[in-house]
Amino acid sequence: MNEFVLRKKKIRMSDIILTLTIYMSALTTVVLLLGIMGYVFAKGIFVITPTFLTTVTSSLHKTVGIAGNIVNTLYIIVLTLLMATPIGIGCAIYLSEYAKPGKLVSIIEFTTETLAGIPSIIFGLFGMVFFGNTLKMGYSLMTGALTLSIMILPIITRNTQEALKTVPTSYRSGAIGIGATKWYMIQTILLPSAMPGIVTGIILAIGRIVGESAALLFTAGSGFLLPASVEEFVGKVGESGGTLTIQLYLSMSKAQYDVAFGIAAVLLVIVLGINLLTKCISKRLDVNYTSKRRKG
Amino acid sequence: MKEKKKTSINKHSNSKSVIEKTAQRIFMLCAFFGVLAVASITVYMIISGAPALMKVGVGDVLFGHLWKPTGKDPSFGILYVILTSIIGTGLAILIGVPIGVLTAVFLAEVAPKKLASVVRPAIELLAGIPSVIYGLLGLLIINPWMYKIELKLFQGSETHQFTGGSNLIGAVIVLAIMILPTVISISESSIRAIPEYLKPSSLALGATRIQTIFRVMIPAAKSGIITAIVLGVGRAIGEAMAISLVSGSSVNAPLPFNSVRFLTTAIVSEMGYATDLHRQVLFTIGLILFAFIMIINLILSKLLKSGGADHE
Amino acid sequence: MLIIQVREERDRRMEHKKVASKIKLSAKDWNLYYGDNHALKNITMDIKERKVTALIGPSGCGKSTFLKSINRMTDLIPSVRVEGSLTLDGEDIYHKDVEETILRKKIGMVFQQPNPFPMSIYDNVAYGPRIHGIKNRVVLDEIVEKSLIKAAIFDEVKDRMKKSALSLSGGQQQRLCIARALAVEPEVILMDEPTSALDPISTLKIEELMDELRDQYSVVVVTHNMQQAARVSDDTAFFLLGELIEFGATEDVFSRPREKKTEDYITGRFG
Repeated sequence: MNEFVLRKKKIRMSDIILTLTIYMSALTTVVLLLGIMGYVFAKGIFVITPTFLTTVTSSLHKTVGIAGNIVNTLYIIVLTLLMATPIGIGCAIYLSEYAKPGKLVSIIEFTTETLAGIPSIIFGLFGMVFFGNTLKMGYSLMTGALTLSIMILPIITRNTQEALKTVPTSYRSGAIGIGATKWYMIQTILLPSAMPGIVTGIILAIGRIVGESAALLFTAGSGFLLPASVEEFVGKVGESGGTLTIQLYLSMSKAQYDVAFGIAAVLLVIVLGINLLTKCISKRLDVNYTSKRRKG
Repeated sequence: MKEKKKTSINKHSNSKSVIEKTAQRIFMLCAFFGVLAVASITVYMIISGAPALMKVGVGDVLFGHLWKPTGKDPSFGILYVILTSIIGTGLAILIGVPIGVLTAVFLAEVAPKKLASVVRPAIELLAGIPSVIYGLLGLLIINPWMYKIELKLFQGSETHQFTGGSNLIGAVIVLAIMILPTVISISESSIRAIPEYLKPSSLALGATRIQTIFRVMIPAAKSGIITAIVLGVGRAIGEAMAISLVSGSSVNAPLPFNSVRFLTTAIVSEMGYATDLHRQVLFTIGLILFAFIMIINLILSKLLKSGGADHE
Repeated sequence: MLIIQVREERDRRMEHKKVASKIKLSAKDWNLYYGDNHALKNITMDIKERKVTALIGPSGCGKSTFLKSINRMTDLIPSVRVEGSLTLDGEDIYHKDVEETILRKKIGMVFQQPNPFPMSIYDNVAYGPRIHGIKNRVVLDEIVEKSLIKAAIFDEVKDRMKKSALSLSGGQQQRLCIARALAVEPEVILMDEPTSALDPISTLKIEELMDELRDQYSVVVVTHNMQQAARVSDDTAFFLLGELIEFGATEDVFSRPREKKTEDYITGRFG
């Protein structure tokens, strides 16, 4: 009997087509990413000169520079983090260590989720009306920072909550058992252990802030000059300032495409850097956790 | 014999407890900050958006289709704007979700581990790209294409308003690309989370890997994939900067090659110079957008709750 | 108590023995490696057609691995490697041109944990036939009904075919899984500890089922319950640490084991 029953090759058309679409989809995604990065770098890398990075656009010298925007971006990052980080961590600590499950907690968690889902343009409108008009702060870096700090609260809170979850309960009970008070235990044991996760949250927030545009358009405005002295530097807080993304948008609208691509390239480098940083820290987080478990 | 100083175990006589109580109160305040923020945003959106509705009339604003805010006889009908957002988001979902889910299948099931570990970071990177960069590329790559297609399709047409390339389809393409990372990562997690026995059970009955994926695995991951879609909708409907220069500069019916305005792009484009009633209507647009988002969020939290219950 | 049961079964089976048995599955010097782990060592045995063959032995002895290698479910493990010959009706199961989907249609499997798909009862049973190309609703209805009857569960579910399979009890789910396996009309049925997760009543029902299945199918059962093996099977294979220690007619293995290790296991000295 020479008929091999088990070896009849079945050609299923549908299987082949579906497999193809799966590969095509994945390919599309990768090509998109490479295409975007490649195009931006190709068009933008030559715009990035020392002048570009360190001076301010001057019609006098006919040069283009984004130093002012870089300073504005850094300013906003620092201001926003200074305000949002303590509150975000505080919220996470409350939810994780103090709150008892119930209606209160579900309301807090629901609002945190909601905040995370509100698009940035709504934050922009709110910031403009509340901080800009009602509180009479107008267009300023502070207005922008206040607006952004509300926006990134969920990021800080969520990451801190996750980080606190990974701290073993034995640490907590051990400390309380010796007689440490809750706040002391949080200070000395929880927060240090949860630090990598908190730092991850901060870095992710920085990524979000750097990429943000809609929320800043009507709050922080578009100024681009560098402060000339320390007083001016401090005073900048109350003045309008355009971040890198805002400047990109403005250049784009004015058809100054090489400037736009230069800024885009700088932004991509920052995003790449942030991505790598987050990966490094999560790796260290894993290592720390696994080595702690091994010792335990 | 020396008497040891007795430390009272009474809570209230301890100085440490003051610090404790303060700490607890501060943390509680922090937690309510978020509630305060959402409440304020809601209140302000309503306060800012309602006046125009009163002045112009709810019906005229929401259902009128003539948008001529500046000019002698201003008209504030935003029906087309609302429709554009709905249809544009819908089309973006139609294009982006299949590609996203299939890529998720690729990562979770089809790809060899090494390939997957290269593709996954690529997607995380895609997620972090600022929206203005999408806008830039859309303007310089997609618009010219659209213009070429437009010229061919509407050659000799007398009725078509040539837009120079910025139209609904361009915006839809950009939106579809922007929701990919969200759809992919959540779909992938959902596929990975299905019970392990499903795949061997299907294979043992003689199914091929592809049949197993599409007839058993994806249906089993249904609730997670739907969550991914809802999140994608939220992202797409709220996107402003990426599509503002790609979608066009006038309000028209949401036809593929028309220059259109979305709820978001209308605000971004006109807020800079709008005054008085015009400005107030822009806030009304913001209120409508806010309402849509809240509805989507509510649907999402209901889904997450029932999705969690399913797996028990 | 064991011996009495074995004798009763032996008398019943004298009937079956009158027909000479063909060999359905044959293993010759069959070896399987998980990476460096030599899980199956030179297994040589024949599984007869339309008989129930039991594989017994302590945990980790390789009986499940051997079972899974028959329908190539072991292929799902990345580092697996095989040597030797394993044939179905004389055909090499592991030949490179073999279509696993055809193989698994001929050799069905029931797992230890009842694992119905999260679909309706009907769709669970119809899944197999649909996979293999049957679309006609009338034909599917017939196959589903036939399979549920063979699995002795039709009466219990006939009024709720569209309900989720997950709403059934453990024992019912397992019989549903048997129906699901039967729906593709296999020739061999592999059962990997099919009753270990079930209550005694369900266990009994499934053992009765195994007895009836013998008429049409060749059944191979892995079980850690020796009484079950003695009750249900015609032939028994005793595995230990990846090796086949003894294989023969069930009543011989249980009442007159040739190897000391077999005797030790059966009398409960270990395992």
